[in-house]
Amino acid sequence: MISSNLSAIFYLVSGVLFILALRGLSSPETSRQGNFFGILGMIIAITVTFLSVGNFSTGLVYVLLFILIGGSIGAFIAYKIPMTAMPELVAGFHSLVGLAAVFVAISAFLNPEAFNLGTQGNIKLGSLIEMSIGAAVGAITFSGSIIAFLKLQGIMSGSPITFKGQHPLNAIILISIVVLIYYLCSTQSSNLFWMLLAVSFLIGFLLIIPIGGADMPVVISMLNSYSGWAAAGIGFTLENTALIITGALVGSSGAILSYIMCKGMNRSFFNVILGGFGATDETSSASKKEQRPVKSGNADDAAFLMKNASSVIIVPGYGMAVAQAQHALREMVDTLKKNDIKVSYAIHPVAGRMPGHMNVLLAEANVPYDEVFELEEINNDFANADVAFVIGANDVTNPVAKTDPQSPIYGMPVLDVEKCKSVLFVKRSLSPGYAGIDNDLFYKENTLMLFADAKKMTEDITKNL
Amino acid sequence: MEIDPLIFRFSIFILSIFVGYYVVWSVTPSLHTPLMSVTNAISSVIIVGAIIAGLSGNSDSVFNTSSLFGFIAIALAAINIFGGFLVTQRMLAMYKKKKKDKK
Repeated sequence: MISSNLSAIFYLVSGVLFILALRGLSSPETSRQGNFFGILGMIIAITVTFLSVGNFSTGLVYVLLFILIGGSIGAFIAYKIPMTAMPELVAGFHSLVGLAAVFVAISAFLNPEAFNLGTQGNIKLGSLIEMSIGAAVGAITFSGSIIAFLKLQGIMSGSPITFKGQHPLNAIILISIVVLIYYLCSTQSSNLFWMLLAVSFLIGFLLIIPIGGADMPVVISMLNSYSGWAAAGIGFTLENTALIITGALVGSSGAILSYIMCKGMNRSFFNVILGGFGATDETSSASKKEQRPVKSGNADDAAFLMKNASSVIIVPGYGMAVAQAQHALREMVDTLKKNDIKVSYAIHPVAGRMPGHMNVLLAEANVPYDEVFELEEINNDFANADVAFVIGANDVTNPVAKTDPQSPIYGMPVLDVEKCKSVLFVKRSLSPGYAGIDNDLFYKENTLMLFADAKKMTEDITKNL
Repeated sequence: MEIDPLIFRFSIFILSIFVGYYVVWSVTPSLHTPLMSVTNAISSVIIVGAIIAGLSGNSDSVFNTSSLFGFIAIALAAINIFGGFLVTQRMLAMYKKKKKDKK
């Protein structure tokens, strides 16, 4: 058993190590070291907890057993998961953090003596407030992440689910959470505690169902942030510095990512959260698009164009992830490079289903990260490039965002793909993108549509090069 | 008059938000996915609460309602810790620079 002062210092050390873990991610070279710091911080925190409880009874065996069970499941998932499934995995992990926060709060509520919070029915007011906030945010994180997971996994439809009176209902539920916390703190009634949890689970569910698939980057970041705030709430209850620091770090990290994602779509956070975007009916746009001529080609034409180019910019999007085309793409690029063609990759901030999704997939396919550029870095290069190869992206290339103030995506930063001498657009059909609007790029003089599965098309082009 | 320890914890909290703010802005966008998975892993430090809960039972009855919730929370957090750090490790190992010989 070590003194609580000593353990508090160790918790501080692990908090600092967590800061260094995030700091390491400022460049890929330092990132692995950062991850190591994170692991070290976690080991310190867990060890110190064991030592400070100092109860080496049979309970300890079970604690280790459950760590082992959870740990092996986690390790198994981490090694098995394909990189394309990363968004689902992260959403799933968020739900676990949320649920763990809820369970710790329940445990503390049922047995406050173990945590030095007073006795049951007479928990210290401050602790009870912190505990109920932690539990409520944890519950919202849990059910929200489950919905996000189901949507990303395709078990649940990715299109927004809206109904009449949705927003007033959500508002009422949110207010009732505040009211419940107030009464819970004044009465200490366990019934109110359970009710609070039930209502919080419900609102997490209701908040995420109206948000569509392509807005998932914002949702995942937001839930990331929530899981941090839940951890911080529990940290206050347990008077644990490591947990407070980590909660604040994760909370602000998620908030920043949501902000970056919203900016990438030129939409306000509230606009995304209120949902329903892209729910416009597709029949109206379907009848309109028939009238405009489109140039379409095959792998041979595409290979010819690229062979005669001196620079090619590749624009990957969610479609590449769906078709698992990243390896085929890299092979194509290797062939291009052998012919002395300069190739770079342009990544839009909201390409894919989570922040950095495309970068991970390209890294998986062994694309060196110094060939991959962000929107601001590369956007001026399109005018000088010969070929833009758009694979699985759509809305993020739509020039309408710059020209048509009526368009729902007007003002969104887009990649200036149309400035290239020629554009190759790999797509399965002419269907509009997520925003439900037609892409003007399809009908440009210098655009060649390649209607095929992204992976098959890239493989065919490689053969023809 | 003594200052309530809560105020100290609150100060740590607020300062950490600022630290987080500046640290996360310096994260390169290409590493945003590993950032999410690693924040996932570190927020599972909530396991310390779960361990306290799990060990709260006395030697006669290791399992009571409270400790049972603690044990489940331990398992959940452990999935996240191991899964989060390992998957981050796996991702980061993939980020490679251009090979020099290829020019």
